[in-house]
Amino acid sequence: MLNIALPKGRLGETVYDLFERAGFDCPSIREKSRKLIFENEKTGVRFFWVKPSDVPIYVERGAADLGVAGKDIILEYAPDVYELLDLGLGKCRMAVAAKKDFHDENTKTLRVATKFPNIASTYYEGIGRDIDIIKLNGSIELAPILGLSDVIVDIVETGTTLRENDLEVKANILPISARLIANKSSFRFAADEIGAITEKMKELVKTDD
Amino acid sequence: MRKEMNDAVLTREERVVFALRDLYRRYGYLPYRMSKFEEYELYVRNKEFMVGDRVIAFNDTNGKMLALKPDVTLSIIKGGEDRPGEKQKVYYDENVYRVSKSTHRFKEIRQAGLECIGDVDLYDVFETVTLAAKSLSAIGDDYRLTISHLGLLTDALSRVSSDPAFLNEASGCIAGKNAHDLKTACDKFGVSSSDYDALCRLLAANFAPKDAPAFLSSLPKTGAAQEIGRLAALLAASPYADKICFDFSLTGDVNYYNGFIFKGFLRGIASDVLSGGQYDGMMEKLGRKARAVGFALYLDLLEALDEPDAGYDVDVLLLYNEANDPADVAEKADGIRAAGRSCTALHAIPEKLRYRELKDLRKEGKTC
Repeated sequence: MLNIALPKGRLGETVYDLFERAGFDCPSIREKSRKLIFENEKTGVRFFWVKPSDVPIYVERGAADLGVAGKDIILEYAPDVYELLDLGLGKCRMAVAAKKDFHDENTKTLRVATKFPNIASTYYEGIGRDIDIIKLNGSIELAPILGLSDVIVDIVETGTTLRENDLEVKANILPISARLIANKSSFRFAADEIGAITEKMKELVKTDD
Repeated sequence: MRKEMNDAVLTREERVVFALRDLYRRYGYLPYRMSKFEEYELYVRNKEFMVGDRVIAFNDTNGKMLALKPDVTLSIIKGGEDRPGEKQKVYYDENVYRVSKSTHRFKEIRQAGLECIGDVDLYDVFETVTLAAKSLSAIGDDYRLTISHLGLLTDALSRVSSDPAFLNEASGCIAGKNAHDLKTACDKFGVSSSDYDALCRLLAANFAPKDAPAFLSSLPKTGAAQEIGRLAALLAASPYADKICFDFSLTGDVNYYNGFIFKGFLRGIASDVLSGGQYDGMMEKLGRKARAVGFALYLDLLEALDEPDAGYDVDVLLLYNEANDPADVAEKADGIRAAGRSCTALHAIPEKLRYRELKDLRKEGKTC
């Protein structure tokens, strides 16, 4: 039986659809209930929903053999896991944004508000820019508006929130999408099962493209 | 009887340590005992070789900076000397002090392992891998040993590009079995699709020793490929063949490690419990000419394995009071113990004590 951690929310539901189409369905997950774990003995899978940012933790610690997490979460927490497949779902980008009239003159330490301090630090280290990280847990867009930061590093999907708040993307850092990840120890003991799921999902992802 | 007694009295970690000592001794490895302290400087100079880069440091009474050992191998290398034609084969089980990955605080960790230092040849590598497999089987039957060869990976990458940025990015992708980001890296650095395909074959490789010839037939006949072929042939004929696989996503720091590297896994433990390989680069960095191969087993991780619960703490609880004759209580308790059962004598039943049988002597008591 393979334990699979799915991210709660719209992305998780799309990801489950993909598992279902790949032949690893679990009908009880569609039923309305307060159950936390859903199992299908026939297909040998057990799903559970977890907070998206917790998926890599469940997988790295072996509570889940497989999981689906955004590339943003994987880069931020750097879990020691295998990243087997880009599912091409939940596509967005990690970007630097600021007020439209902001221009970085590189004369002082740049104040960066973000939920992703590791990604932001790595990006600015790469371009040799001295920064001060302000770690926030939500409503990142407020930071430059209220003068808490000069820029933000955050996920941008459509850019609507930025536009409505008079902000704009100043630089793209990297594209983001959902990835299938596996625990390294589980992979050693269930290589065939994990390989079969990965291959079937890969075919579907190719077809959907 | 002796084994039953050991099972009852010893913890899993203690049983494993005794089994490993016996195993390594039978292969002619000598015990290596060392001080808990080491010169701090040794770790500052070789941070990348260690599992973590932080150590507990302090000033000795003479002002010298010392550290509680976070690693054993460095001390063994430093403490030895090169004797051409000879081999030093040692084993150890020691406590080391490292930052825990989970709590991010220092933790005392028991580590066992062995090192073979000298003119290391294929036999020594095979013996070390065999002992790694036997060490895992001393803990449980359900284990896997994964072997890689750093030469194969570095040869393949250097054929494709010499750009350090590409090599760094591609190595990370191979270590994560991440073919999609490897493709992005290859596109970014102008690597051809045939070279990408070749790297993908390495990234995805996961084969048993008996399948090595088929896998190697598609690769250039490099020294690394030949070494893999010879080791795989030896392992294919061993009793552990079905527990061993070759997987080139297993990587290590090429400044320290070279040739074969390996990791061991036990079902029920989320990370590798055994790690080892050839570390000639490390030897050279510490001024040694000899070659070396060895491994370490992280015994603290065995806590994650389920230990069968006996269900009780003591077989018999004897209750007595001041009215009982102490000699009578002692005689009754000793009689129970002589029959092979454990026994404790108390005045009252402790809230958390789990016992099989209660014998109340208080009613039999008489005033002395």
